[in-house]
Amino acid sequence: MNLAKPEMKKTREGFGKALVELGESNPQVVVLVGDLSESTMVNFFAEKFPERFIQVGVAEQNMMTVAAGLSLVGKIPFLSTYGAFASCRSLDQVRVTLCYGQLNVKIGGAHGGISVGPDGATHQAMEEISIMRAMPNMTMIVPADFQQTRKATLAAAAMHGPVYIRFGRENVPVVTTVDTPFELGRGIEMAPGGDLAIIACGVMVYEALVAREELLKEGIEARVINLHTLKPLDTEIIVKAARETGALVTAEEHQVHGGLGGAVAECTARMHPVPVEMVAVYDRFGQSGKPDELMAAFGLKSKDVVARAHDVLKRKRRAAA
Amino acid sequence: MPTLTTAATHPITGVARRGLYLDSVDDLKHMALRVRRDIITLLAEAGSGHSGGPLSITDFGTALYFHEANLDPENPAWPDRDFIVWSVGHCTPVHYALLAEKGFFPRRDLLKFRKFDGHLQGHPHRLDTPGVEVSTGSLGQGISAACGIAYGSKMDRHPRRVWSFNGDGEQQEGSVWEAAMFAAHYRLDNLIQVLDYNEKQIDGDVADVMNIAPLDQKYKAFNWNVISCDGHDWGEILQAYAEAGKLYRSGRPTVIIFHTVMGKGVSFMEGKAEWHGKPPKGEEVVIALKELGTTEADWRADLMSGEG
Repeated sequence: MNLAKPEMKKTREGFGKALVELGESNPQVVVLVGDLSESTMVNFFAEKFPERFIQVGVAEQNMMTVAAGLSLVGKIPFLSTYGAFASCRSLDQVRVTLCYGQLNVKIGGAHGGISVGPDGATHQAMEEISIMRAMPNMTMIVPADFQQTRKATLAAAAMHGPVYIRFGRENVPVVTTVDTPFELGRGIEMAPGGDLAIIACGVMVYEALVAREELLKEGIEARVINLHTLKPLDTEIIVKAARETGALVTAEEHQVHGGLGGAVAECTARMHPVPVEMVAVYDRFGQSGKPDELMAAFGLKSKDVVARAHDVLKRKRRAAA
Repeated sequence: MPTLTTAATHPITGVARRGLYLDSVDDLKHMALRVRRDIITLLAEAGSGHSGGPLSITDFGTALYFHEANLDPENPAWPDRDFIVWSVGHCTPVHYALLAEKGFFPRRDLLKFRKFDGHLQGHPHRLDTPGVEVSTGSLGQGISAACGIAYGSKMDRHPRRVWSFNGDGEQQEGSVWEAAMFAAHYRLDNLIQVLDYNEKQIDGDVADVMNIAPLDQKYKAFNWNVISCDGHDWGEILQAYAEAGKLYRSGRPTVIIFHTVMGKGVSFMEGKAEWHGKPPKGEEVVIALKELGTTEADWRADLMSGEG
């Protein structure tokens, strides 16, 4: 791919397109929406399969549990709303009916992250990873681009149990191809390197790849890992990176507490302790603004990844001295 | 009083009938008495759990499990079954007693209620207990799940009925009304809410804690069929279910509001909110079972004696 001028595409479109594919291949797939058909792009499915499309209105708690009921008669329900509502408004339903009951419901959490932009803090979901990771039986995916969101959606339908897929609002760089393998719970090494490893999810995978180019100019070789599945966690790829590089930077468009960085730190603390630095939102709410200026203001650009890489390498050298 | 039937196919849905059916009011009354004895005995053994709601539900619950609903205890996942969801999750003492008496699991298991080595959680869990459809306990969720089951059944043109047990205090949960709107909007006439209106909740009278009246008018305004009756009068209970059966293709969901007495059948519990969430202990157990015509030793022996 051309890092300087990448192809741009919406992750939510990957969700919407995959639902149509699923609709064609599996008559049990049904889609529910809470009055956000176009912005979550389930309108593609609605147009093709109106008899399997269920409008629930502005009632996320009911939507979550209606989907649970549909799964009990053999349907494979996908529901979609904004991540802010999917992860918080209806969380009790997710916890008790879906996760405790191990029901086969797939949650499409749209508009994740600060890059939602002008809608401001209420609509910029940045807690989903921490919340969903805390739920037993939940599978949590944060795909990096259009193709990966499409594949994650197909993979969610193929497994049994509750799944949360987080995707964003904006056009984001395409970093994988149609042929890039995708396996739930298996991270992808996007670029090799032995000096440190940058473990990223979502749009931050692209920022990590750009940071890697910058670091190469200084002679630093950073491995880049696309950790699309946050739960179950691919501890193998994390421990391997910790062992082989001795320094990790995590990068996520999400709160620092309990997200990707937290997951990686939990893993390395127990299995192979190394210095870890985290690129994330540091315990604050978002605000209105343009997506790009917000990403910069909240420290979520490649230059922030480069800065944390320098920090972690300092710690690595100090530990070795 | 309506004529009871044990026809080979269900008179309302036309689905082949399975499981034990009781075909006389006397048999149903006797079963309700057994269920009340089960409830007191399992609560006494557990040392914790809810007494009031289970006893107020017992009569119309027995009628549902032993006359109205179509279930197969030999095969709890029978694809053609009716679904019964207990939105009012904390009423496990009556829920489990009904399942055990119906034959979903041995009656002796009731003595493991709420215990570490049993399969009967304090609140119902579908992965632990045969016959439990949805894990509940956080109020207001089961009715939405029942809506989903009813909607999916309509998509498949399956004739089953879907039942949701709800409480009166539970009506204070906002999501109950999201579900009420959904059920009417999608004309889920295969959905029947059986509502225990015993007028009590943990903190006191429902009317004082947070008034839900006029409940019948609320459901009418939400485009539901509303049937109200005395939840301890067998003639009225069976008549209410018969009326609900006639509304099977009405294009509207139905709620049967059973007006009941918390703690019904045990004199010192009747109508007292304090019995919402605690079990009888010591002498209370003796008196309660005496009023129900047995003793703890006899009824434990009965539970342990096998399937019957």
